[in-house]
Formats: sequence, structure tokens, C-alpha cells
Amino acid sequence: MSNFFTDNKDLVFTLNNLDLEEVVKLRENNYEQSKVFDHAPENLKDAFDSYKRVLEVVGDVTGERIEPRARTIDEEGPQFANNKVTYHPLTVKNLEDIRKADINGVMLPRQYGGLNFPVTIYTMMTEMVSRADASLQNLFGLQDIAETICEFGSEDQRKRFLPRFACGEADGSMDLTEPDSGSDLQSVRLKATLDEKTGKWYLDGMKRFITNGCAKVHLVLARSEEGTSDGRGLSMFICEACPELVVRRIEHKLGIHGVATAELQYNHVPAELCGLRKRGLTKYVMGLMNGARVAISAQALGIAEASYREAKKYAAEREQFKSSIDKFPAVYSMLAGMKIRIMAARTLLYETTKIVDLRNSYTSIVEHAAKPEDVSLEDRQNQKLYSKVASVLTPMSKAYATETANSVAYESIQIHGGTGYMKDFNAERFYRDARITNIYEGTTQLQHVAAIGGIVQRVLDPIMDKYAKLPSHGKLKRLSGILDEMRKKQQQAVRYVFDKKDTTYYDLVTKHLVNMETYTFVGYLMLRDALKAQERENFAERFILDSAYEFDKCFSIVMSGDITIIDNHRELLDY
Amino acid sequence: MKRQLMVFVKQVPDTKNISGEAMTPEGTVNRSALPAIFNPEDLNALELGLQLKERYGFKVLVATMGPPNAAEVLRESLYRGADEAILITDRSFAGADTLATSYALSCCVKSVKNIDLILCGRQAIDGDTAQVGPQLAEKLNIPQICYIEEVIDVNDKTVKARRSIEGGYEILETPLPTLLTVIDSNEPRPPSARNVMKYKKAKTRSELAKVHGRGTDYTDASDLLEEESKLRSKNLWIHEWDASKLSADIERIGLKGSPTKVKKIESVVLTAGKVVSVPPTEEGINALIRELIEDHTLG
Repeated sequence: MSNFFTDNKDLVFTLNNLDLEEVVKLRENNYEQSKVFDHAPENLKDAFDSYKRVLEVVGDVTGERIEPRARTIDEEGPQFANNKVTYHPLTVKNLEDIRKADINGVMLPRQYGGLNFPVTIYTMMTEMVSRADASLQNLFGLQDIAETICEFGSEDQRKRFLPRFACGEADGSMDLTEPDSGSDLQSVRLKATLDEKTGKWYLDGMKRFITNGCAKVHLVLARSEEGTSDGRGLSMFICEACPELVVRRIEHKLGIHGVATAELQYNHVPAELCGLRKRGLTKYVMGLMNGARVAISAQALGIAEASYREAKKYAAEREQFKSSIDKFPAVYSMLAGMKIRIMAARTLLYETTKIVDLRNSYTSIVEHAAKPEDVSLEDRQNQKLYSKVASVLTPMSKAYATETANSVAYESIQIHGGTGYMKDFNAERFYRDARITNIYEGTTQLQHVAAIGGIVQRVLDPIMDKYAKLPSHGKLKRLSGILDEMRKKQQQAVRYVFDKKDTTYYDLVTKHLVNMETYTFVGYLMLRDALKAQERENFAERFILDSAYEFDKCFSIVMSGDITIIDNHRELLDY
Repeated sequence: MKRQLMVFVKQVPDTKNISGEAMTPEGTVNRSALPAIFNPEDLNALELGLQLKERYGFKVLVATMGPPNAAEVLRESLYRGADEAILITDRSFAGADTLATSYALSCCVKSVKNIDLILCGRQAIDGDTAQVGPQLAEKLNIPQICYIEEVIDVNDKTVKARRSIEGGYEILETPLPTLLTVIDSNEPRPPSARNVMKYKKAKTRSELAKVHGRGTDYTDASDLLEEESKLRSKNLWIHEWDASKLSADIERIGLKGSPTKVKKIESVVLTAGKVVSVPPTEEGINALIRELIEDHTLG
């Protein structure tokens, strides 16, 4: 009997201690909907109770049903024949369970059949689904596509597509990548042509590495403006699976075997524009990607959680030298490190989702106001503030969670020893599944690039100020002092790099500056959590002390001004 | 009017997750130490009922007999898609054996009227008697098919179903109304998020009274009556029926109506048998096979 929600103390702590009052109030528009929908909450307490109950249902479905099917799905995967993808029967069962549990439109508004949950709660579900079967998260997470249609599509499109997603009838795919456009989406070439007579759009070209490319509903990034070559010539389209949209092949991947990754050929596929022309990449895909980055952080965290638990269990059972191996410092220190990094990644992720929720709510207030003058100055300021903070935290969280998942999965195999290298245990599956998380939806290197601007502008300083001022005593006061010291150094390092005005050096040390900011910011979050519950003091202590060493290393590198790698890289590479 | 089917469910102690204090020193089940769960095969019966709802448009009624907090399994049923729930509860039902239980349940069926199908789990994991379903059919004087794996078809007059028998299955057809007992042959659906959020507010009369610190006889309290009618109008009312509502013969229910007498209870401690190690060689395996054949375990 396992329930992936109730058996996870840290996740339960997170739900109980994240201050979501403002988020829920905004999301529920002062609980107005309870008059219309019998499942809508009447107040904060009611909303929280519902979140908890639904998370328990998801915890049960993921722990009892989905997890036991994961290994077979990984071994056998989907089938591909005659341009048709057939998912594994157990994957089909998983999707059926998700449909029956009614969690296909978690964040969609109620009028389209959704649950109107905040991103934070949806992300907790994502984490649990991924802990059970990382590849299933790639299908579960595609409800983000419905979100995008909801946000940027017309009312007519919302009415036609969203209820189909919410009831589980339609699944989606996000068709962005092309053979020559991966990280650089500005160069997308798939052509969209407008038939002037009928006013209909048609798509021609290729897409590659498309998760669930066999989906019924596709969101496609395509070049609608002939003669352009950058992001401003791209628009977003919606199209349905049809004979003109051919699945050419599916990939043989290292991990996430349960989901089909397809190559698609568009032979004059009828499509409709979603949102405004030319805003495809600059606005819509960026929005979609930011949502997906949060989801991938949660996917990574789920894999890390699963890896850690396997390693801990194995270490307790495995006897060598007449003792279970978890009694040896070399092993338990590794396990403790894994656990602490997971908790750190979790606290960062849910701080991020909270900010994302606030950003979404204030953005919705600002953008959906009947008249611009209806929007208060405070709402506008909040929208700006949370947008800025979210745009730093989202990539920071993705980088940290996905790198953590990789290191945890790596060490999980290490703890298993030779056994972990074998297919008989789950450790190797987690290792393979984790490996994609720091690549897709933007590599870690690109997350660093996305985060650095806000770090230089010190966007997170006001939040850290708030946490630094929390009253602490004894051990926690000392830790708080260490963090304050780190922050001072970080500001110094940022200034140093900024004043240097050397863009190559800036690019070179970006990763160190992002890591330093992450150590400091997460340190404050761990401290905040420890102030709420004494049992978390040891975690804060370990995280902050470990981070301080890592921080100092990065600090020395940045402040050294050493440019030999820039000067000599060609010789080094070509020798 | 919609055709109706009724599923009987039971809240049981979770005997699969026994901890140290599961038994009292007297050898009876220590119910307070074990978590109360939905009897597993009753979930299969409910699942079958919900499938018949989807296939034929049945209205699914769920009923249970038990203490007031057994309302939890009724809410669990509503979360999964049941339409209406009835709690049969009364101190005078306490101590019932299978005979008295099936009599009380038969009174419930008679009170509801117009039930085409009654579904029960084959047996409950606490008593493991598998008697209540069959006895209920006898009391109602209707046909029964036990060990159901699946329902093949239901028409206006009959039901055709497949039941498990030793070494295979058989397909039987019987006139309606009829009673089916269901085995672990389907995968019960999970609760639906939307239903959970709606029906978590469903209440029985006792629960409503308790929230307000009142007794269940609140006929003069206008605030409670108003809330009751609100709950009823939102379909959030769990019916709570006592012996008089069921017009049950007081002599035939509870301890009084239970001829079963417990002669003796023995607490059996299971211990592992002797461990024999077999060398992983051709000879070792052959010796093992020989022994198993001689033992008549094989062949």
C-alpha cells in the first residue's frame, strides 16, 4: 500500500506550509464560483481541503496503480507500424485511470470542464506521476497545451478544444523542434500559407523530436511571414490529426520509453491560427515553454524522489562486512546528500510555482480587465514584479531540479553497486529517465542564460531581504549570518563581472553566478522552512554548510578574472 | 423512471495491514486499532454497478449497514459515481450475525422498491462468510448468481452473466430482479477529483446534527432543517434509516435475531515451517522434484 502523497513527508509539509492564501483567493475570484459549481470551494479552508483530498487520490493512483506498471512499460514501450503509434496497453490503462480520476484539465477554468487548480497543486501531481512513471508525465503534462489555448486562443477555440482536453477525449502535442531548430527556435522553417480565397491556413514541412506526436490536437510553431528568418515571422497554429499529417517514425531513446517521440511530416495540413500573427515565438511559445519548464522541474524531482527511495531501501537491506551498508559513513553521507538536495530542489520548485501562480493571476487581472482604467496600480505593480521574479526562478528551478535528479540517479546506482547497473533493479531506469530532463525544454546551459539577466538586476534581493529578516536564534541565527555573508559576496561578484564589460567573460562565468544565486536563495528557503518546523533544522544546517563551500569555490573562480580558457580553448580542444 | 440497481457495501477493518494490537486479549478483532476501509470485493461490486450505469443507464444506489461513521464508505461510493446513498444504522442492529444482517438489508430493499439488480461483494475480509449476499436473495425470494466475473447483458426481463466456477466459468441467465455477488474480477475505478470535491460535503442526519452539537431529533430547529433541505436539493444528503424506518421486526434484528453463537475463539500464531535449502545443481533440483512428486505436490 503506497500513497505517493501521504508517504512523502516533505511534500505534505510543503503543501501545509506554503502560504497560498493570496494565490487561492485570486484564482477563485473571491470564491464567486461556488455559487455556480458544486465542486468549487466556498473559502480558503474548503479549497485547501479539496486540494489535499485530490492530492491523496492522485497519490493513491500513482502509488498503487501507475508505479507497478512502470517497469514493463519501460521494457516494452509503444509500437509503431504503418505510420501509426500504438501505446502500450499498460500506458493506456494509466491514461484511463487519469481520465477517471478526472485530472486531465487540472488548471483549466471550470466552465470548460477543468478543476481551476493553481499551478502549485498541479505541479505536485506532476511530481507524483513522474515518481511513478517518468514517461507518463510527458503525457499527463500535455494538458499544458490546453492551457496555452486557454490563454492565447479565441473564445471560440476555447469552447471547441478545452472540454475535449478536460474530459480526456483529446490529447495534445507541442510541435516546435525541427531538424535544424532545437535550442534556436527563431530559425523554424515549417511553412504556413494562407489561402486568401478561403481564409484558411495550411502547414507544410517537418517537425522532429515531438513528444506524443501522434496526438489528436497539435500546437504548431510555423513561419507565417514569407521572406522572414527570425522569431518575428513565426505564428502559432492549431491543427488536428489528419491524413495529411504523417508520423514518419518514432525515436529509440535512452529513457522515457513509455512515450512516443515522433518525426512529423506536414503535407498541406489544414490549420487555424492561435492568437495573433507573428506572436508565435515571442509571446506564446515563451509562455508555453515557461509552463513546461516548471513541469520538467517536477518531473525531475519525481525521478529523484524515486531514485533516492530505491537507494535508501537497498542500502538498508544490503549486507556487506557483516553490516547493512547504510551504516557506513561513505554510504549514509551520500544518501543524506541526496535527500537534502531533493528537499532543496522541492522548496525552490514550490516557491517558484507560488510566484508563477501569482504572476498568472495578476496577469489575468491586467489583461482581462474590461477597461484599462479598471486595473489598480497595485495590481499592475504586482504583475510586473511577479513576472520578473518568475522569469528568474523558473529557469533557476529547472536547472537545479534537473541537475539534482541526474546526480541523485547517478548516486543511486552507485549505492546499488553492480546490481544497480543491471536491468533487474529500477535504479538504471531512473538514471536513463533523468538524463533528458536537463536537456529538453531548454538545456541547463540555456536556463543559466535565461536566469542571469534577473540575477544581475538583483530581482530576488527583495525576497531574500524578507527571509533574512525573519527572527532566528542559536544555530539558525548563525546559518542566517552565513547566508547574509554569501549574499554580500554574490552582490560583489555580480558587480565585478558587470563592471568588467567583457561579454565573453560574462558568458563564461554565467553558470557560476547562477549557481551562487541558487545556493543563497535556496539557503534562505531552507532556513524559512526550519523556522516553521524544528525537525527541519538539520536539513537547513546541512544544506547551508555544504552550499557555503560550493559557493566559495564559484566565488573564487568568478573573482579570479582568469580568461585563459577563453584565450586558449582552440588549442586545448584541438590538441 | 430510471431503472435502479442497489450495491451493498461494508466498512471493514483492514485485515491486510495487521499491526501488533490487531487482536484483543480475548481474541476478537480490535477494530479501533485497525484502519477502516472499503471492503475490497464490495468495490468490485460497485465498479460493476457503475459499468452497468454507463452501459444501460441504471441509477446506482449504495447502501451499507453499520455504525454512523460507516457513512465514509458511502461517500467513497459517491466519489466514484454512485447516485444516492443509504446508511442503515441503529443501536438495535448491533451484534447482528449474517441472518439478522441479511434480514435488515432485505427490509432496506423492500423500502426502496423497484430494484432490478442487487450487487454485493462475494464476501467481507473481516468475517469471510460469503453468506450475506445469498441469504439476502433468499429473504427477498429472488434468484441469485454468485462469483460473478462480468455481466454480459441486461435487458428488460433478464440478466446474463458469467460466473467463475472451479476450473473455468459458466454463463447463466436469470429473470430480474436478481442478486449477484461479485468477485475480484474488475479494476475498481479511482475516485473522481470533481466528485470528491462535491460529495465530501455529503452528510447523514447524525453528521449534520453533530456539526451543530445537536441530537438527531432536530425537528424544531429551523436552521438545521434549512440546511438539511439545502443538502437534499444539492443531492448531498445521505439517507439515514433506522429499524423503524425499515419497518423491521425487532425480534429478527441485532443480537436478538442472531442465532449464531461463538463457541470458542482461538488466537492462532502462524510460524514459518522448516527451511530446506536445495543446492543449485542438477542433482539438487532432481532430488527436489522427486520429493515433490512423492509428496503428491506435483503430478
